[in-house]
Amino acid sequence: MSNVPADLRYLKSHEWARLEADGTVTVGISDHAQQALGDLVFAEVPEAGRRVKAGEACAVVESVKAASDVYSPVSGEVVAANADLGGQPELINQDPYGAGWLMRIRPDDKAHFSALLDAKAYEAALAAETH
Amino acid sequence: MPFIPHTAEDIRDMLAAIGAPGIDALFDEIPANLRSRALDGIPPAASEMEIGRLMTERAARDGRRLNFIGAGAYEHHVPAAVWAIVTRGEFYSAYTPYQAEASQGTLQLLYEYQSMMASLTGMEASNASLYDGATALAEACLMAVRTHRKSKSARVLLPAALNPTYRDVLQAVAGNQNLAFELLPFDAKGGYTTVASLEKYRGQDVTALVIQQPNFFGTLEDVDALTDWAHAAGMLVIAVVNPVSLAVLKPPGQWGAKGVDIVCGEGQPLGVPLSSGGPYFGFMTTRMEHIRQMPGRIVGRTVDLDGKPGFTLTLQAREQHIRRSKATSNICTNQGLLVTAATIYMSLVGPRGLAQVAATSMERTAQLLDALTRIPGVRLAFDRPRFHEALLLLDRPVRGVLEALAGRGIVGGYDAGADYPSLGNGLLVCATETRTAEDIEAYARALGEIMKSAAAA
Repeated sequence: MSNVPADLRYLKSHEWARLEADGTVTVGISDHAQQALGDLVFAEVPEAGRRVKAGEACAVVESVKAASDVYSPVSGEVVAANADLGGQPELINQDPYGAGWLMRIRPDDKAHFSALLDAKAYEAALAAETH
Repeated sequence: MPFIPHTAEDIRDMLAAIGAPGIDALFDEIPANLRSRALDGIPPAASEMEIGRLMTERAARDGRRLNFIGAGAYEHHVPAAVWAIVTRGEFYSAYTPYQAEASQGTLQLLYEYQSMMASLTGMEASNASLYDGATALAEACLMAVRTHRKSKSARVLLPAALNPTYRDVLQAVAGNQNLAFELLPFDAKGGYTTVASLEKYRGQDVTALVIQQPNFFGTLEDVDALTDWAHAAGMLVIAVVNPVSLAVLKPPGQWGAKGVDIVCGEGQPLGVPLSSGGPYFGFMTTRMEHIRQMPGRIVGRTVDLDGKPGFTLTLQAREQHIRRSKATSNICTNQGLLVTAATIYMSLVGPRGLAQVAATSMERTAQLLDALTRIPGVRLAFDRPRFHEALLLLDRPVRGVLEALAGRGIVGGYDAGADYPSLGNGLLVCATETRTAEDIEAYARALGEIMKSAAAA
């Protein structure tokens, strides 16, 4: 069973989002997603300053099996990307909700964040997927 | 015998299983007005014996001509061993197998090919080949746009001295993918692309600069200055090169202070005989930092469970069978058979042999130009250093002259008039190591007589 922290928000496409104190939203892929992909070998993250729309593919995570798009949970501007992933993509496997974060976005509208799935709804989505 | 494994009965059973009345019904969703009709003008099937005779007769009608045309495809001597080895059953498959790792020999050959191309171009990584030189350049431009994420414009600068066919193919392949191609003029006296022509782009968002070396006129570009200028302006640099020339010219990996970002070109001069438009093969090499955006297959060397060396396809997650429409390319077929020929050719001639091929071709072209420009009404278009090709300017339309030469069994060159009308009567000529002093003399004699005749004037 994969780890679904209660304090985060999620997308059905397996991204997680955390609202930080400064109003930005940190984005990564869920524990379930990293397990399903297997050993990650590369992560392509967006440049800081890029405008993204909610639901837009804005990063790619590549494992030995597959390369998958990562979708932005919110619309806004990318303010930071995780530079450590360049040399250590395995951080995503080791610590998907911590050191394995992908990018930080300043949302245009914070209300958008609250509309994302909560942990319970994401767990339900995971359960539905496996049945 | 048709090479279709299904019997009429198989086909009937399969159609019955899905409830389709006939094979045509499988294409029902294609509107009738979009369907092509049966091919008109195709005669009934002929036997192998009849076809063999027909083709032999047609080949005899073509005859054997003395060839002085290059313009992107070059007649070089191919040692007999090359195709004798290539056509062995172990190699004679035109495609990378789908169960690739089952064919370690094929993979090892591709790995050797990649190593040779990386070394020849001075770059770190090569793919297992692409379709041809022109489409390899289109792929390189698309790759540059994907790679250069700071640049939003998708503008690519092309020298007007780039092979005009490549320009057309670029437009066809990449023109509908939001890339914008802009032409750089060439220096009228030297036939090369000047750094000054780039000045108007200073401070603008341009994704990449393409440099062809030697350019379509056979002239050498000022590659170091162009590369450094483009890099300083924040552009990527794509080199289009003749692989044979790299045996004597500086490899693109060493152009300027940093070397170029992507190298591509036509592989035909490496052991592939001339034929009507192909099949030839394209090559592409790059730096490790860009490898994930390089289209096509890549073979890697690894070890198996017991620690024994082996070969495997690598970085496949970028490819169409996994990434679908987001793959680095969806026309990333390689040209396995021709790459096999090129690998065997390069291993047989070796670095010294290739340098001899290049140097002898340059020498023969110099002799050819010397002989032809003695003829009244024939002069060189450009005064810059060149490889094994050059543009001549005639005092009359090229077409009639080429026809008269053809009547004497000589393919006199490429009529560049339609591609470069501003230059006037341009004739692009080339002599490789396959042209002897007698061949050159025969051409010069024939051209001299034709130019003297009042009728052609």
